[in-house]
Amino acid sequence: MAVMFLFSSALIWLVIGIVLGLISSIKLHGPGFLSQLSWLTYGRVYPASQNAVVYGFSAQALLGIALWLIARLGRVSLQGPGMIVVGGVFWNFAIAMGLVGILTGNSTGYEWLEMPRSASSLLFFSYALIGVWALITFHMRRERQLYVSQWYLLAALLWFPWSYSTAQLLLVVSPVQGVMQAIVNGWFVHNLFEVWFSFLGLAGVFYFIPKIIGQPLHSRYLALFAFWMLAFFGSWGGVYADAPVPKWVSSLSIATRVMMLIPMLAIGLNIQSTLSAHCAILKTNMVLRFVWVGAISYLLATLLGIVGALRSVSEVTLFTLYTNAITNLQLYGFLGMVVAGGIYYIVPRLTECDWPSTGLIRFHFSTATLGVALLVLPQLIGGVLQGIKLNDPQVPFLSVVKSTIPFLGMSTLGELLLLVGNLALLVNLLKILPACCTCCLGRVSNSTPQPKAVAVGGRI
Amino acid sequence: MNHGPLIFLGIFLALAASWYGTVVAPLLQFGHQQQVTVGAGSTRYPAARSGQAQRGKDVYRANGCFYCHTSQVRQSGVKFDVVLVSAGTNKAGLISAALLIKPGITADEARKLIEQTPKPLLQGVTRPEADAAAKTLAIPDVKFEIILVPVGGDVERGWGSRVSVAQDYLYEQPLMLGNQRIGPDLTTIGARQRSAASHLLHLYNPQMTVKGSTMPPYRFLFEKRKAGPRPSPDALQLPAEYAVEKGFEIVPTEKAQALVAYLLSLDTQLALFEAPMPTAPKQPELGASTNQTSAAAFTNTAAANQPAPK
Ligand code: HEC
Repeated sequence: MAVMFLFSSALIWLVIGIVLGLISSIKLHGPGFLSQLSWLTYGRVYPASQNAVVYGFSAQALLGIALWLIARLGRVSLQGPGMIVVGGVFWNFAIAMGLVGILTGNSTGYEWLEMPRSASSLLFFSYALIGVWALITFHMRRERQLYVSQWYLLAALLWFPWSYSTAQLLLVVSPVQGVMQAIVNGWFVHNLFEVWFSFLGLAGVFYFIPKIIGQPLHSRYLALFAFWMLAFFGSWGGVYADAPVPKWVSSLSIATRVMMLIPMLAIGLNIQSTLSAHCAILKTNMVLRFVWVGAISYLLATLLGIVGALRSVSEVTLFTLYTNAITNLQLYGFLGMVVAGGIYYIVPRLTECDWPSTGLIRFHFSTATLGVALLVLPQLIGGVLQGIKLNDPQVPFLSVVKSTIPFLGMSTLGELLLLVGNLALLVNLLKILPACCTCCLGRVSNSTPQPKAVAVGGRI
Repeated sequence: MNHGPLIFLGIFLALAASWYGTVVAPLLQFGHQQQVTVGAGSTRYPAARSGQAQRGKDVYRANGCFYCHTSQVRQSGVKFDVVLVSAGTNKAGLISAALLIKPGITADEARKLIEQTPKPLLQGVTRPEADAAAKTLAIPDVKFEIILVPVGGDVERGWGSRVSVAQDYLYEQPLMLGNQRIGPDLTTIGARQRSAASHLLHLYNPQMTVKGSTMPPYRFLFEKRKAGPRPSPDALQLPAEYAVEKGFEIVPTEKAQALVAYLLSLDTQLALFEAPMPTAPKQPELGASTNQTSAAAFTNTAAANQPAPK
């Protein structure tokens, strides 16, 4: 019940976020679009859409998956589901407040922390509610042996409150001076994506892939090695090469960023070796397909991030669409796909119902994959071209602007596809809810995770 | 096997390490920078912003201008100019020196070259080249300067004359560096476009002033109202094809005025010790002891940044 609540509200935020993103995306090539309304001006819709997708969708849905996994892997029922629902309600309320704040011009001005202070405090509070019960569930586990995913989840649960509160304290509550703000902000964003989201998403990847193919993970040690590498090196970066700060700060960022190659390769190798003999299942199992695309997006986004951080590359790609491409690949490619896979896997087990329409699932997969590709590739290529032209003072600025427009148009199309795909998921979910209302209320309210015979994975 | 406490401890250490290294250490090192005095010691940098400009910064934040505009100039390196400040009396010696420095020119051209001062002899050369020229020019009575010139795409686009450094952002709160250049960098927009009226027209409708601009119009920062018997002084002077109906006029709101005040306040970039930039060569009569024999002491008025007295 708690998990279902988080899933459904997350999906609603995703749709809202993509709609807002679509509006901002259209504005980039048609500046006149909806330009009379102050609350829909580009500089407000864009951060609103990002916040809706990051906190409303990704964080919330991943927390839902995390709760389910913690209970499942520990062979206990979720503790304090009532409190978690309360936390979830507050969480959604906080995001609504935050978005209204941003749209009415009360953004803080810090990237990914735009929500005004009242909203972010509430967000933190509701996270604490959810997080505490997740930790209690973890503590009560009956299966003492820890699986890899649990390591990742435990780390993630602790990571967010620390980095979020540090950033809030040093930026919003009692702001630090000058460029220190950029450093703290960069550190937070980096931790949010490279550590927190990675941990949550990878926990899912490491659970679903072996589970679906019915084989153990290729190497537990490789996964744990990647875990420690991510924890120790993933958390350092965040300051770009040419930032107006003393050189050592950005150099440190770049060096640790390059170190990320090691966990990236370890994770890639591990997934590849686990899957290699079972590629056939990829053709038939939709959940596996989603998670697989998610994992590939993760690896790609990490690689692009590392390349983009190098001084010589960053000279070109900094301040261009390249940055957006990586963020979108992480949000929609990695997190979006893993979450979708997770929802398709978990919901039937929670509700004891099958998905009403497998056609919609296939449709979602194709549109979402195509959508991510259309969103990310043009931004990647367009970004590099934009960077090259920006660095050449012979090219007038306006022609740089004009040359990005076709790429921006394609991205808008990609975003539209993502919207359609995720609507399919939402429709499916809304269909399953009433159909299973009785079982939802009867059984799931105590969320006893029972190994179910319904082999969703096998059939869809 | 129960690794719970071990994971907990490890995670704590990892986070603490990154937290210390990327947040606390920089904070200790330069979290308490101060205003410095530059030039002759009278200018304090950076200056705090006036009330209206500060309110304008709020409008800038509220409308998210920084999602399209950066406020940070980059530079890829520096080049040097060798500028003759005063030819002195030993003309013949100077001409032969000039011929040595610029091998391609004839004696006539060299004579012309040194006729008027200040005159750049070499432009955009490397440090060793500038040093070599300095040795050649070490003739008594000849005054010259070696000027450091930042180079890079941003500088050549006229977005600034030097790289942005930490000192520049001392009073920025919140700091909005921006990470997209959908529009141009605005670090020195107040110096590039000094006219408030042009800024207002541009904000009202960018497509009107810059054909093909993708900047969104900010019409909601303006008011359309009935014109009185005489048009109000700050009403926009719209070109005919964009004019509103007769009897009406467009006036900027307080917010638009403040925003423009903020944009106009973005006009200074002073030479700092950590970020030198070219200064106009001094006139001979003003130049005190500019006869330098090495580029080591290149023009940098802020070579001795001092924390400003409180
Ligand atoms: C959607 C992106 C976008 C947003 C948001 C945006 N701009 Fe722009 N801006 C541009 C583009 C593109 C140009 C270049 C074309 C032009 O001059 O209109 C530009 C140009 C400018 C210029 C002229 C720069 C020059 O070098 O002459 C100024 C000043 C400016 N913008 C101020 C603002 C302010 C103030 C805001 C916020 C209220 C803002 N912009 C919001 C895209 C944007």
